[in-house]
Order: sequence, then structure tokens, then C-alpha cells
Amino acid sequence: MHNSEGLKLENKNDNSGVEVLKQRYEVSADDFASAGAASAAVKKTLKQLGFSPDFIRRTSIAMYEGEINMVIHGGGGVAEVGISENQVTITLTDEGPGIADINLAMKEGFSTASDTVREMGFGAGMGLPNIKKQSDNLSLISEVGKGTTLVITIAT
Amino acid sequence: MKLAQVMEVLNAKVYTDVPFEDIEINAACGADLMSDALAFGENKGLLLTGLNNPQSVRTAEMMDIRCVIIVRGKEPDEALVKLANEKEIVIMKTDYSMYTSCGLLYAAGLRGGDE
Ligand SMILES: Nc1ncnc2c1ncn2[C@@H]1O[C@H](COP(=O)(O)OP(=O)(O)OP(=O)(O)O)[C@@H](O)[C@H]1O
Ligand SMILES: [Mg+2]
Repeated sequence: MHNSEGLKLENKNDNSGVEVLKQRYEVSADDFASAGAASAAVKKTLKQLGFSPDFIRRTSIAMYEGEINMVIHGGGGVAEVGISENQVTITLTDEGPGIADINLAMKEGFSTASDTVREMGFGAGMGLPNIKKQSDNLSLISEVGKGTTLVITIAT
Repeated sequence: MKLAQVMEVLNAKVYTDVPFEDIEINAACGADLMSDALAFGENKGLLLTGLNNPQSVRTAEMMDIRCVIIVRGKEPDEALVKLANEKEIVIMKTDYSMYTSCGLLYAAGLRGGDE
């Protein structure tokens, strides 16, 4: 797992002049107990940067749901986080089985989770709808057999 | 309601080293599936659950929940307690079922915050 060294927003310039702190985390599907560690690390960073509790909670919940989905459905993947003064962008990419019907997956209560996953505390079909609720913009791109990319943007 | 009273009402045992007696809880939620808690547990200080693995603590951490109570007398998982100590989240265990636990706390005045 990679963490950024400094906790100041730095000018990783793309000419826009917007200061962004970038973080990248590898999310493994092998160790369920440690799932959520990337979201916990991001939460800690946001706290240290002094964002509001409400913004931090919305970001943490959305990222955690996305991270868990990568673990239980996507076979693990990569989480990339970009933090600027007025928004956070979380990009979750996996090379798992993909989602056949995205509209269905976005519905409250729809889940393909197995009984085993349910015994581990997930599979209510509430994750994606909640990510949508907590975020200001959501993009879900998926191809069956190739993988899934979820981009979540949350404004302060 | 203070966590000291929650402990008394549920005849609960505490597993963490986190100081807890004076932590004030305004509302509680009960869920075995964490995404239910993540969707409906907003502004609740307390989570009652049968889920005995570290994800109940992760969920509490994301939601700023101060205390997780494992119901039905399950002995809390070691990794769960360790993570809770790190995150300063209080872990208790009660022998009562989910239904009875929620009912006892409700009767003692701790509401769900959704009425
Ligand atoms: N990264 C992913 N890869 C493949 N399928 C996914 C992925 N994320 C979600 N899905 C599919 O979309 C469905 C709905 O996802 P959602 O997060 O809403 O619910 P869930 O994960 O099944 O349960 P919950 O989030 O309530 O624990 C999943 O059951 C799964 O079929
Ligand atoms: Mg989910």
C-alpha cells in the first residue's frame, strides 16, 4: 500500500493551478479482515487536512462501499484518490467479472452476493445506491469479463 | 444515554481499553448487514449487530459510531477488538438477542432517531 509522504495539498500541475494530493492503494481480495484499510487511510488524511466532519463521513462511506464491492465482487483492484480544496475524486478500478446490467445493479436491494458474503456482513444491495446518495457525481463503467471502473466525486 | 447505562441495561461486558462510561449516545441502530447500517445509521452513536468480524468496526469508523455491541452472546473476534482499540471504538457483548437488546434500550429511553 502506498501512501503520500506529505499532508499538504501540492501543486501537481496540469496547468489548471488546482492543488491536488494524490494517493494510490492496492486493494486485495484475499484478506477480508483488512478490507476497508484504504478508506480508513483516506479518512485519516482528510481529517489531518481539516475537512468538515460531514464531508469526511460522506467520502468515507462512499469509498468504503466501493472498496468492499471491489473485494467481494471485483476480485480486488486499485483505488486512486485525488484530494483538492473543494472536492475529492475516488477512482476504483478492478478486472473482475464486470456488471451485466448497471441500471439493475444501482437499484436498492439488488444483490448477487452469495450466502457466504452475507454471513460476512454484506449483500443487502444497498452499497451502490448509498454511494450515489453520498456523492455529487458518479460514473460506473463496466464490461462483462473485463472489469469495472467506478468514479466517485464528492464536493465539499 | 451514557454508555455506562447502556452497559447496565444490556448486562453487557466491555472488551476494549477505551474509556467509555461518559460517552453520550443520542440514537442507536441495529443491523447484521453493514450496508444497512451505512445507509441508515447516520448520526447514530451506537451499532448493535450480530456481525462478529472487523468490518463491524470499519463500518463504525466510517460512520463516526462510538460503540459496537455484539448481540447474542458471541465472544468478540480478536481482530475486531484489536482494530477497535486502535480506532478508539468501544466494543461490548450482550447475551440478549438483537430484538431484546434493541427493545431494552428503547424502553430505557434510547431511540432510533427516525421517528
Ligand atoms: N466491482 C464490481 N464488480 C462486479 N460486480 C459488482 C461490482 N460492484 C457491484 N457489483 C454488482 O452490483 C450489485 C449491487 O452492488 P451493491 O454494492 O449495491 O450491493 P451488494 O454489494 O450486493 O450489497 P451491499 O453493498 O449492500 O453489501 C452487486 O451485488 C454485484 O452484482
Ligand atoms: Mg456493495
